[in-house]
Amino acid sequence: MRNQFSRRKYVLGGLVVIVAIVFLIKLVAIQLVNPRYKLSANNNSRHRQIEYPARGLFLDRHGKVIVFNQAAYDVMVIPKQILPFDTTELCSMLNLSVDELKSGIVSARKYSPYQPSVLVRQLSAIDYARFQEKLFKYPGFYVQGRAQRAYQSDIAPHVLGYLGEVGVQDLRGDKHYSTGDYIGISGLEKQYENLLRGKKGIRYFLVDVHHQRQGSYEEGRFDTLPEPGKNIQISLDAQLQKYGESLMNGKRGSIVAIEPSSGEILAMISSPDYDPGILVGRERTPSFNKLKKDSLDPMFNRATMSRYAPGSIFKIVQALIALEQGAINENTGFECNKNLIGCHNHPEATNVKKAIQYSCNPYFFQVYKRIIQPGIYSNIFRDSEAGIEVWREHVLSFGLGSGLLVDLPNVNGGFIPDAEFYDRWYGRRRWAFSTIYSNSNGQGEVESVPIQIANLAAIIANRGFYISPHFIKAIDGDITTPEEYTQIKQTTVSPKYFDIVVEAMHDVVWEPFGTGRRARIPGIDICGKTGTVQNVHGEDHSGFFAFAPKNNPKIALAVYVENAGGGGEWAAPIASLLIEEYLTGEVLQIEKENRILDFNLY
Amino acid sequence: MADFRKNFLARVDWITVIIYLVFIAFGWLNIYATNYQEGQELGLFSMLSRHSKQFVYILAALILAIVVLIIDSKFWVLFAYPVYGVVVFFLVLVLFLGREINGATSWFFIGSFSIQPSEFAKIGAVLIVAKILSQFNFSVHNWRNMTLLFGAMLLPSVLILLQNDTGSAIVYFALILVVFREGLNETFLIFGVIGIFLFLMTLLIPFSVLVPLVSLSALIIVSLKEASFRVLLFGALIQVLMFVALIGVSLLGNLELNAEQLVGFAAIASLPVYLWIIWQKRLRSLFVILSVWAVSLLLIASVDYLFNEVMEDHQRSRINQILGFESDPLGRGYNLNQSKIAIGSGGLTGKGFLKGTQTRFNFVPEQTTDFIYCTVGEEWGFAGSSFVILVFVGFLLRLLYLAERQRSVFSRVFGYGVFSIFFFHFFINIGMTIGLVPVIGIPLPFFSYGGSSLWSFTFLLFIFLHLDTDRFDVVA
Ligand SMILES: [Zn+2]
Repeated sequence: MRNQFSRRKYVLGGLVVIVAIVFLIKLVAIQLVNPRYKLSANNNSRHRQIEYPARGLFLDRHGKVIVFNQAAYDVMVIPKQILPFDTTELCSMLNLSVDELKSGIVSARKYSPYQPSVLVRQLSAIDYARFQEKLFKYPGFYVQGRAQRAYQSDIAPHVLGYLGEVGVQDLRGDKHYSTGDYIGISGLEKQYENLLRGKKGIRYFLVDVHHQRQGSYEEGRFDTLPEPGKNIQISLDAQLQKYGESLMNGKRGSIVAIEPSSGEILAMISSPDYDPGILVGRERTPSFNKLKKDSLDPMFNRATMSRYAPGSIFKIVQALIALEQGAINENTGFECNKNLIGCHNHPEATNVKKAIQYSCNPYFFQVYKRIIQPGIYSNIFRDSEAGIEVWREHVLSFGLGSGLLVDLPNVNGGFIPDAEFYDRWYGRRRWAFSTIYSNSNGQGEVESVPIQIANLAAIIANRGFYISPHFIKAIDGDITTPEEYTQIKQTTVSPKYFDIVVEAMHDVVWEPFGTGRRARIPGIDICGKTGTVQNVHGEDHSGFFAFAPKNNPKIALAVYVENAGGGGEWAAPIASLLIEEYLTGEVLQIEKENRILDFNLY
Repeated sequence: MADFRKNFLARVDWITVIIYLVFIAFGWLNIYATNYQEGQELGLFSMLSRHSKQFVYILAALILAIVVLIIDSKFWVLFAYPVYGVVVFFLVLVLFLGREINGATSWFFIGSFSIQPSEFAKIGAVLIVAKILSQFNFSVHNWRNMTLLFGAMLLPSVLILLQNDTGSAIVYFALILVVFREGLNETFLIFGVIGIFLFLMTLLIPFSVLVPLVSLSALIIVSLKEASFRVLLFGALIQVLMFVALIGVSLLGNLELNAEQLVGFAAIASLPVYLWIIWQKRLRSLFVILSVWAVSLLLIASVDYLFNEVMEDHQRSRINQILGFESDPLGRGYNLNQSKIAIGSGGLTGKGFLKGTQTRFNFVPEQTTDFIYCTVGEEWGFAGSSFVILVFVGFLLRLLYLAERQRSVFSRVFGYGVFSIFFFHFFINIGMTIGLVPVIGIPLPFFSYGGSSLWSFTFLLFIFLHLDTDRFDVVA
């Protein structure tokens, strides 16, 4: 049936014809007239080369380079372009067996006959030089430059972390990476991956069948230049770190040292450790497997991951909370009643300062009781339920429990129990102070990691506040520290009470009956407190935390030596040696130093 | 005549069927060539490779074609609404149950088998348009009828847009051609084209260049129509005066206007002056021209404002990407360049079957789907690629011819719908691979790899062929 608009079919037909004519003209232009497309494709193929950016360096707090890059070379193969060659010569140059070479080429062909695959990873500079001369004899093989990590000395493997091949997860999540790329797997390498990695460049080359470059592609208009990664200055003091590692040699444990005024981490040692240089290049995989199998677990960062009961160190926190809550005052004394909880023989603790100095257990039993059961409710269960929450809020403000911000991946938060925790354990309103009294002396359920204890030392050194411990100091010379690492975090205890515990910690070291006598350093006003971590599996762990000098402190630290007995025995002298080293730049306590160096636990 | 009517097979339009078979055969050869690698055995039935999967899809499509020819064609007339309802239902369902591929949530997965409902939705849309337009007393002048028509036509488009598959969503606009054939006022079409053109130009050309350009062309048209050079001068004078006045205002008012904004505002501000003068002189046709010009300027200004001031960065780059304007070297610009190199390197006669190098290096990601025409261009050269274009022209003109010979409105409209869909795919896909149209990822009918698109195209074509064979049974 025809209608009035039937002539419009000519408009539509005309449209089809016009479109087709335009298409044909364009086809004539690109297929017949313009030789550019033919030239680009016919005799050449395009080779895409990734230009890897240099990864950012790490510098220590004095600007000394501690991690840098070293040239390494990947040998690439394009199976389709291989011509018959001298197998034995190639194998000897690349340190490969004939079988390894064969299986390498077979798996490359399986991936793609036309695309390059890595045959040998990270050839050393010397091997590369030898191979480069002979490269013309091996069509289908070429070398792609790439940097690998190198270390000024073998310090701080746990802090710096290591690199590894990028995993499927990261490949999918981020366009920056392609298979075979390296990415920070742990430590600061992981934490600051986005700053360190830089931006890849891509260059396109035209290459002939022998893979000889014939020039840039399209005059380089698709090329991009790599942007180098940012250099990161960290707060670590390389010399202090190295000294600390030598002291911890042969022992299991950890040290964290912080500059109290800034929160900057000066040293972080976890022992046993390993040389970060072994996780690089061709030895990486065997070294890694060996480290993973080691029963001492050298890759485990005890400084941020090992949870211990804080022990007597926790009495300082209890004293501060009690003072703030008005549960005691400066002059409150308690009898050393060994019926309540065990203690050692010491002069009577007539005030809180002396109680800390003598580390009197029954004293803090009473203190904690007054905190947990302040008598607001006559029902002790109800009273404890409310009391523990008040107590916990104070404790958390000291960076204990969860929530201490550190610029490292994998930092354990320790544990501070709450009412809910005990409700689950014993049932609601079925527990009171008498059930949980062992927390009073830092045993029981409270747990912390060494960096939290170092931070606690910094809080006391600062008389009541801290700045989240961190390594980052400057990015490419720009010293604007991220905001979260400049904020002052005040504890819930007013600063006036801190002088009491500072005096007490001073006496711990300097008074005749103090448990930290071994921490004395001639001429340096050190304050500290021992903490013995009871260990049901063996010898107790030795713990000590300290800061110095007493006025205007420059360093605060925590030392843990596992299975080494009382805190005063081993941890205290190690702390004193580190403080001396940091404040004076040399160690004069030779005898003490030798005693530590000769002490081996494994 | 009686014999002719009885013999169903003789009434099938075999010319179209033969073109269809040529297309799918040639298409399959190109998919095979794209996957082919020397020294690597490509078993025809290694079920992992795309060419063997496509082989199975083709067999299924042929069975489908036969089934469609067997089903009574009245089925489609009677069940147009239910079919439409079902496809819309699946378009909604896929939003919730679909799996995302390349950023678009448009696929159902049943085991390793995937189905793209947006491809099948075309059938529903064409049916519904044919149904509505063939309703007794339907009128393109009745706004209620038109609202219903466009609503039904564009609902699938909106749903597909929600799946984030812009290319497939745009296809539905092609159905406007059908409405045009059925009497849509041509000014709509012209305005539509001008509007789209200006929209694209606004994104491509700086504001300060485009506005004077549009103003100048309006002035030239006016002066030609008036056959007076004075009008041109007068117009230019008004614009310059407005420009100067604006500079004065911006200085006095301490407004920080850049040159771009001054030029733009001057052109827009001089607009009422023109309109007033022309209205005074009672020049109706000029008034129309200048009104068009005025609306154009407003469109440009609002698009420019929206794009540069209101939209967020990521929205801007998304639009640029959709339209293929992004000059990202590794993005679409790069693909397009490679696509042109592949086609261009084919020369007159091509490199020969299985001899292409560019298309097999995987440098264009959608090698077997959206960019299959590259393989045609590289391996079969100008001879092959122009052959495909010419056969497509023959195919499309044949569809027009068949559509026009229908005696029922439903069949005719359906035919035009099929024509519009195929024409649009042909135009966008080939235009994109040779760099004439922005990169919009939609398949080339019968050539591109994929079961869903092949089946839906087969459906469309054979429903129409069946309607065509029954054309004498219908009392119009
Ligand atoms: Zn005691």
